Amino acid sequence: MTRRIRVAIFLPALGLFGVLLAWALVGIPDFGHYRGPYGYLLNRVALPERHMTNVVTSVVFDYRGFDTMGEEFILFAAVLGVVLLLRQGGREQPDELNDSVGSDGVRIGGVLAVGACVLVSLWLIAYGFVTPGGGFQGGAALASSVVLVFLVSSHKAWSGVASDHALDPFDGVGAGGYVVIGLGALIGGLPFLTNVLGPGVPGTLWSGGSAAFVNWSAGMEVAAANLILFTEFIDEYVVPLAAGDTAG
Amino acid sequence: MSWMLPLPVVIPLLGAAVNVALDHVTPRWLHTTIALVAVTTGLCFSIIVLVHSMSGETLHWFGGWTPRSGVAIGVGFAVDPLGAGFAVLACALTLAALLYSIPYIEAATRNYDALVIVLCGACCGFALSGDLFNMFVWLELAGVCGYALTGFDIRRMSALQGAVNFAVVNTVGGYFVLIGIALVYARTGALNLAQIGRTLSGQHPSGLLIVAMTLIVCGFLCKAAIVPFHFWLGDAYAVAPAPVCLIFAGIVTDIGLFGVGRVWFTVFDAPFGSHQRFVGDALLWLGIVTALVGGAMALVQQHLKRLLAFSVICHIGIMLVGLGLLSSKGVAGAAMMLLAHGVTTGGLFLAAGLLGVREPVRWTAGLWFCGAIALIGPPYVGVYMGHALIDDAAVELGRHWVQPLIWLAGALAGAAMLRAGAQVFLGLADDYDHGIEEGRDGPVPYLATITTVLVALGTAVSVVPGLAQRVVRGADRFRDRAGYANRVLHGIPMKESAHLPVVLQPTSTESLIYGSAALVFAVALAAFAVRRPDAARTRVFEPVLWPLRQLQTGVIGDYVMWVVVGTAVLGGVWAITLR
Amino acid sequence: MSVFPYLVAGWICVIGLYGIVTSKHLIHLALCLTVTQSSTYVLLLAVGYVQGGGPPIFKGVKLGTTAVDPVVQSLTLTDIVVSVTVLALILALALDVHDELDTMDPDRIAELQG
Repeated sequence: MTRRIRVAIFLPALGLFGVLLAWALVGIPDFGHYRGPYGYLLNRVALPERHMTNVVTSVVFDYRGFDTMGEEFILFAAVLGVVLLLRQGGREQPDELNDSVGSDGVRIGGVLAVGACVLVSLWLIAYGFVTPGGGFQGGAALASSVVLVFLVSSHKAWSGVASDHALDPFDGVGAGGYVVIGLGALIGGLPFLTNVLGPGVPGTLWSGGSAAFVNWSAGMEVAAANLILFTEFIDEYVVPLAAGDTAG
Repeated sequence: MSWMLPLPVVIPLLGAAVNVALDHVTPRWLHTTIALVAVTTGLCFSIIVLVHSMSGETLHWFGGWTPRSGVAIGVGFAVDPLGAGFAVLACALTLAALLYSIPYIEAATRNYDALVIVLCGACCGFALSGDLFNMFVWLELAGVCGYALTGFDIRRMSALQGAVNFAVVNTVGGYFVLIGIALVYARTGALNLAQIGRTLSGQHPSGLLIVAMTLIVCGFLCKAAIVPFHFWLGDAYAVAPAPVCLIFAGIVTDIGLFGVGRVWFTVFDAPFGSHQRFVGDALLWLGIVTALVGGAMALVQQHLKRLLAFSVICHIGIMLVGLGLLSSKGVAGAAMMLLAHGVTTGGLFLAAGLLGVREPVRWTAGLWFCGAIALIGPPYVGVYMGHALIDDAAVELGRHWVQPLIWLAGALAGAAMLRAGAQVFLGLADDYDHGIEEGRDGPVPYLATITTVLVALGTAVSVVPGLAQRVVRGADRFRDRAGYANRVLHGIPMKESAHLPVVLQPTSTESLIYGSAALVFAVALAAFAVRRPDAARTRVFEPVLWPLRQLQTGVIGDYVMWVVVGTAVLGGVWAITLR
Repeated sequence: MSVFPYLVAGWICVIGLYGIVTSKHLIHLALCLTVTQSSTYVLLLAVGYVQGGGPPIFKGVKLGTTAVDPVVQSLTLTDIVVSVTVLALILALALDVHDELDTMDPDRIAELQG
């Protein structure tokens, strides 16, 4: 089938599809008139019951924490998959690659930036139940902070920081920790993932109860997973480049 | 017993996490052991859950968030017998696949075991969940594992092609499901299936609901590989490693159909119940076309695993016919066929995998023919009971013409397998390229034993006394929207029901005749194709199937185009008929 | 104008699909997939918007203040993770395809046909 035939069949169908979609979309209650009840109920009860001021995070790690476990394992499985697909025996760190950053200013500034960004990321995770943030956002920020190491030094320094030997345990412990916390409640005779450390003081680090541990394990998994993904792809990019392969 | 419900899902996931955490520390045999223990534990718990689910829905509200005055505020598992049975099947087939993989998959490959058991956990989660968005999460998780495992042989272009096509088509399908969920949420403000159904009951069918149902159903049908969403399957299942194909064919394809049934009987039955024939008939026709296309395409395949892939499409189509009849017997027929077909086809994939280890032997030939006959379904063999229940359901609705069409489709796929068996295993063709990568390693008796167990179990499904009656009872529960909502949202227990006898389910004379005729027809067609291969190919198969083969281009742009065409046409039909 | 945000979501979905079907490069195709996915973000967030509502965060805000739906925001978070993972997998597959065939044209990678 040629491309022209494909597009000729496709465009009318896409038109019909678009019309149907629009038909459905105009049937939604007017913009700004969300009718509930799910969201309204949670907005009312999350603070009094759970003492969490950030309702989104309370939904993510407490009310619908089980969805989040599945979501965490999607990331976990994707990392396994990418490592599986990019396993290319014999690709080792080339010696002749010289990509060190020459400027001292960039290096010093970079190291400071790494430190600052890591702190901000940890803060994002820690205060997820109070202000915007949480394990997923903070974990992604943490991974990006560590990636700065690559930008301000060299691939070699980066490989020292982020190898799969170093990251896999974090990945596994982060994902498994979520399940273990859930199982802990189950062993105690409560439903899976029950928040056993009942409400803390609103607006503080401990407002999450035991969901705080869930939050931290998610943060750890997300950071490790993102770093593994970055490592895999950067190796695909840098190593052939160093070997003199111009195709990259 | 409700504390057990999460375990078939979370124990395999935990096993995978432990394996990755210990990846560089512990030897491979320990990883394999952890994976086997995790799946076996999941299997044991899912069996207990199945037994308990027979007497009423078991519920598990995660985090202890039980519904308040009919509004679900958390995620819940609500387990009925069909869902629990599906989880049992998922764990059992994954266990078989893992055992087969121990010698079969190259020892150095990291992460393989972990991906396989995460896939198992995801399928269990999908089957047990009572929450629409939670189902989407498990669907995506199963997808992500599936894409990676399909591309396992990264040095073979066809494996990469299969994985890309699988990934893109199913991802688009997943987005359709998600848009549908967003539309339903906009209307109802709920994600729990029972609560959505309760909110929608008595509502007028609106454009929003029609399109939402179309998107969700079409998204699931992409996963289930129903025509015209089916093209990716032939590319993907032909190239995945044999034990992975066992899991794909046995459970991963079927979760799409399971999802369609689940959302129809708990959610969309409410607003469209008075128009249910239009929905059912659309599914029925899609199923018939799928079955015939799958059976016919199987006939022209040389590649053994690709042949099996089209046989999967054929039988998925027949299951959709059963589901589309929307009656308890129809659904039960689909479930019986899912069980028999999943186990048998899985066994056949493993038999095909054996060819990569050593030359064909008589023993594998016997297995292959036994499995092929079980998939045709002569009286009381293999898929027969599923066929017979679907026959009964069709007759009760006055749709007598359904029976010959689906028996014919199954016989076509069976003929293709018999012919391939004669040519590959009995050596009746000189230069038959069966497309199996050779040079695999492993102890043949061990691998053959696992294969034999699967084929034998699949062949025997129809003669298990009392099984069919219990599946029909389970289908009653699967279809009972009001009862489901009462049990889930208000904890009202189920009425005690009559005890079921442990006897063989009687079948109609028509089914007996059709089953026998299908076997005779398949053997005759296979004999013709083997005895006169050139005549069969140039005068019969090629001319008839030329247009179908032209459509199977292997190009992802074409496949996504067909997904959009199929969704638009189905949506258009329902827009006209359901208003 | 009260349906305009929803129609934006619909439009993003449709152009994403057009990009996928007509794509000539696997990486372009993967990005088109994320375009289609973005339509679900827009739709989910738009569905949960409440006129005059603030974020569902009650830090320094009195409980009971009008706020938007927190559930759709949490669903969007999940959705983003799904999108990232699928993108990573397809990019990895695209790299493998490039290693094998030296092409990224999805029309030319079909080995199995018919």
